[in-house]
Amino acid sequence: MRAGAGVILALLLCRAAMAADAPAPLKPGEGAEATSGYCNACHTSDYIVMNSVFLSPAAWKAEVTKMRTAFGAQIDDGVAAEIAAYLAANYGVAAKP
Amino acid sequence: MQRRTVIAGGGAALLAPVSAMADGLVLPPELPDGTRQIARAANLPGKTRLLRLADRPPNYATPTDVFADTITPNDRFFVRYHIDAVPTPPPIDDWVLTIGGEAAVQDARLKWDDLLDLPQVGVVAVCQCAGNRRGLCVPHVAGVQWGDGAMGCAEWRGPRLSDVLRVARIKAGAVEIYVGGADSPPVPGPPAFRKSIPLAKAMDDDTIIAISMNDAPLPLLNGYPARLVVPGWTGTYWMKHLNRIEISATPLANFWMKTAYRVPAGLFPVQQPFASQASETSAPITEMVVNSIIADPVEGGEVERSGFTVSGVAWDRGTGIRRVEVSLDDGKTWLDTLLDRPLGPYAYRRFSLDTGFLRRGQYRLFSRATSNAGERQSDVLKANPGGYHNNVPRGISVTVV
Repeated sequence: MRAGAGVILALLLCRAAMAADAPAPLKPGEGAEATSGYCNACHTSDYIVMNSVFLSPAAWKAEVTKMRTAFGAQIDDGVAAEIAAYLAANYGVAAKP
Repeated sequence: MQRRTVIAGGGAALLAPVSAMADGLVLPPELPDGTRQIARAANLPGKTRLLRLADRPPNYATPTDVFADTITPNDRFFVRYHIDAVPTPPPIDDWVLTIGGEAAVQDARLKWDDLLDLPQVGVVAVCQCAGNRRGLCVPHVAGVQWGDGAMGCAEWRGPRLSDVLRVARIKAGAVEIYVGGADSPPVPGPPAFRKSIPLAKAMDDDTIIAISMNDAPLPLLNGYPARLVVPGWTGTYWMKHLNRIEISATPLANFWMKTAYRVPAGLFPVQQPFASQASETSAPITEMVVNSIIADPVEGGEVERSGFTVSGVAWDRGTGIRRVEVSLDDGKTWLDTLLDRPLGPYAYRRFSLDTGFLRRGQYRLFSRATSNAGERQSDVLKANPGGYHNNVPRGISVTVV
């Protein structure tokens, strides 16, 4: 399931009168579209770039889990796995052996 | 005299290997590469030339050179929101602060004029984000990658929180005061940003509801029209856009108290433990640790071999600063600095040192503060999952020419 257009519209309507900058483009790759869509629904995806490159795959997975459990992001298991894999592959460091 | 080539941008090419530039603002080389990619200078409504780390939610840092002064101007004061929800405040005559809760004798609604009718108290205090300098922690930890600029010092003015609480009257058995603000989440999902402080801290004469900042209304992005000011404690408790206070007999159990903003038990000893929120393994972050920063010269600056002044500010949890030392030789030897007259125990205290003649070359400068309680900045980073309380002496590189 993709981020609902209604949710994004509601976000845009709710936004305070502060111009938003376009986030830095995310690296192309499998999962980039889902990552950009879901993450930018609530916060700039610059947060991803800002937190790179130093998080392990497990740490990126934990971030996605935090967004779902603590912050209520509506992301199903399959998409969450896709986003976590994209972040680990493009913005993460290799897992420690 | 210092040559401001870095700020002017003239030395950018030369200095690129050690200190990246963001539209003329200096970025610490210690920040993660990704952070250095996205950070840039930005203006906002009521704000001039801050360092943008994120625009949604707004997270903007104060540039280091601003800390050459003891008071941080309102238009340079940092901005930090968890959720992309800067509220549109109502006309001030329609503004209401509600007070209630299970341990309140009665509910109360205070209008703006009611706040003005209470005794007004001023306190000069440092507001510092718990995660200030997180981005300088090695190894890096997840979160907003702040350099040095998630802090500022202002004169806050308004009624005491204790006077406001007395309007609702406090029942015996009250334990915590919950506070909430108007910056509610834009969509259902994120936990409402509510925090609590222990009753004793709420009743402290220095804990106020600020309706003025440096003799002006609070900037919207710093909590207009009213925010809580909890001197000595990290900024997470300084609720912006304050509109709801609850007097409670039970500890606040939400994400912002029980999961976020916590430090390992015993790692950072405090004077007044937040007992109702402590667990066996962790405690909420509360009192700030002693710290200091060199604001002039700035990272990558060029300075004269005939001598220059090293200056900056130091602060702690509210005991005051009694000593600041500066090292000009990468921490090998330390020199005592002159301290300006203190503006109060919770304020920045300015330090300065005239170097005298120095040979040409690269220098690594550090500052190191000691509080009136005898606490000194930590020699080694006390690593913790949140990247909090980084008070290792901060080094900057300059070139003597």
